[in-house]
Amino acid sequence: MSEVPLAKEAADAAPPAEDLVVLDKVNKHFGALHVLQDINLTIKRGEVVVVIGPSGSGKSTLCRAINRLETIDDGSITIDGRPLPEEGRELARLRADVGMVFQSFNLFPHRTVLDNVALGPIKVRGQDKSLARTRAQALLDRVGVGNQAGKYPAQLSGGQQQRVAIARALAMEPKVMLFDEPTSALDPEMINEVLEVMQQLAREGMTMVVVTHEMGFARSAANRVVFMADGRIVEEADPHQFFDNPRSDRAKDFLSKILAH
Amino acid sequence: MFDFLDLDRYDLFGAFWTTVQLTVLSGIGSLIWGTILAAMRVSPVPIMRAFGTVYVHVFRNTPLTLIIVACSQLLAYTLGMTMWADFGTQSLSFRLAVLGFVLYTSTFVCEALRSGINTVPVGQAEAARALGLSFTQVLTLIVLPQAFRAVVAPLANVLIALTKNTTVAAAIGVAEAALLMRDMIEQEAQLVPIAILFAFGFIVLTLPTGLFLGWVAKRAAVKR
Repeated sequence: MSEVPLAKEAADAAPPAEDLVVLDKVNKHFGALHVLQDINLTIKRGEVVVVIGPSGSGKSTLCRAINRLETIDDGSITIDGRPLPEEGRELARLRADVGMVFQSFNLFPHRTVLDNVALGPIKVRGQDKSLARTRAQALLDRVGVGNQAGKYPAQLSGGQQQRVAIARALAMEPKVMLFDEPTSALDPEMINEVLEVMQQLAREGMTMVVVTHEMGFARSAANRVVFMADGRIVEEADPHQFFDNPRSDRAKDFLSKILAH
Repeated sequence: MFDFLDLDRYDLFGAFWTTVQLTVLSGIGSLIWGTILAAMRVSPVPIMRAFGTVYVHVFRNTPLTLIIVACSQLLAYTLGMTMWADFGTQSLSFRLAVLGFVLYTSTFVCEALRSGINTVPVGQAEAARALGLSFTQVLTLIVLPQAFRAVVAPLANVLIALTKNTTVAAAIGVAEAALLMRDMIEQEAQLVPIAILFAFGFIVLTLPTGLFLGWVAKRAAVKR
């Protein structure tokens, strides 16, 4: 009985605090399609991980699995040292700590912009209403849509809506933010205003998982690029290394197609 | 032509007032019970879903007259339920009728609401869950408010149908419009004018309801 395996076991049982999100041998099937195949991924506190890859490679599913909007078949997902709960109140509590921004914004159309942002803190955190509204207004100012607070989401442009959605997620003071193709539904001229907000967040040290097709953002903001294809993580690298000198043929092929124009 | 209309002898306004009361009380009850049924039918708990489904299919497919008579015969006379009405049979049969209408009409409210829930994009519930809201909160704060706005017009149909369905309460002796009409036809032998009079009475009740709720439907529609 040497001490080495014991030490290793201890390390496995309680991952060091800087590992915020840990996916361990995660598998998922949609019917016959094996969308996530033995995914191992660790995201450290304060790290910005950009997930790229062709359509249908499983990158959105991976992102949605982290707060269990998609269930997984086997493997484990741990957030801040705690395994993802199955259902119910525990899961809701965990989701409150994980911000999510969707491709289609998903703002609540029957509530004003300010109410959209203040809803979570009031209903989930039990925050005082006027305090929550003040903080919501400050967040809206921060993402540059403070003057739209009294409007309904349908009255805003796509870029403004997505910035409100980011403010709504930030209002919960999440430990990590998940972005599921946040700019894919936007007109080209509105993409930058959203990316700028995300850049700013990254600079402020927010832990972020970003599924995107914006290679410029990946290059400038990511600490690490994860390249997925056919349900597998094919390559994981520093962005400069990945874009300038990809190792796998699959990544070379992908990059040649998107960077050709 | 309308000289049979002796308001001292026939309490026309009283009868229609009973119809209005039946409609309003049953309408409120159906809205509440129908919403609960719809929540059951979309809930993640299998036994609740099963109960909601079975309930809706049983009551929606049973003739209303049968439900009303069953309420009267089974609950009141066989099981001795008094519905807390210890002042006269009129009040008891009125309450039994309201119960019967709620049991029946709530199934239509439930199904209208369920189709409304289907108009709410999946992303709405996902975004609400991602914020950490519980199932009940997602339903009551996000999904149902949008679903209701989508089904104001179908609910107006249900309410108009309910208004006319209240005539079935005559079967257990509730003194509403249809019972008075039957009485007047027997006494006056003026079938056509009496029928026109009561048809007109119901139009006076339902037409403004329909127009008003049509206006509400437009106002309340969710702009996406």
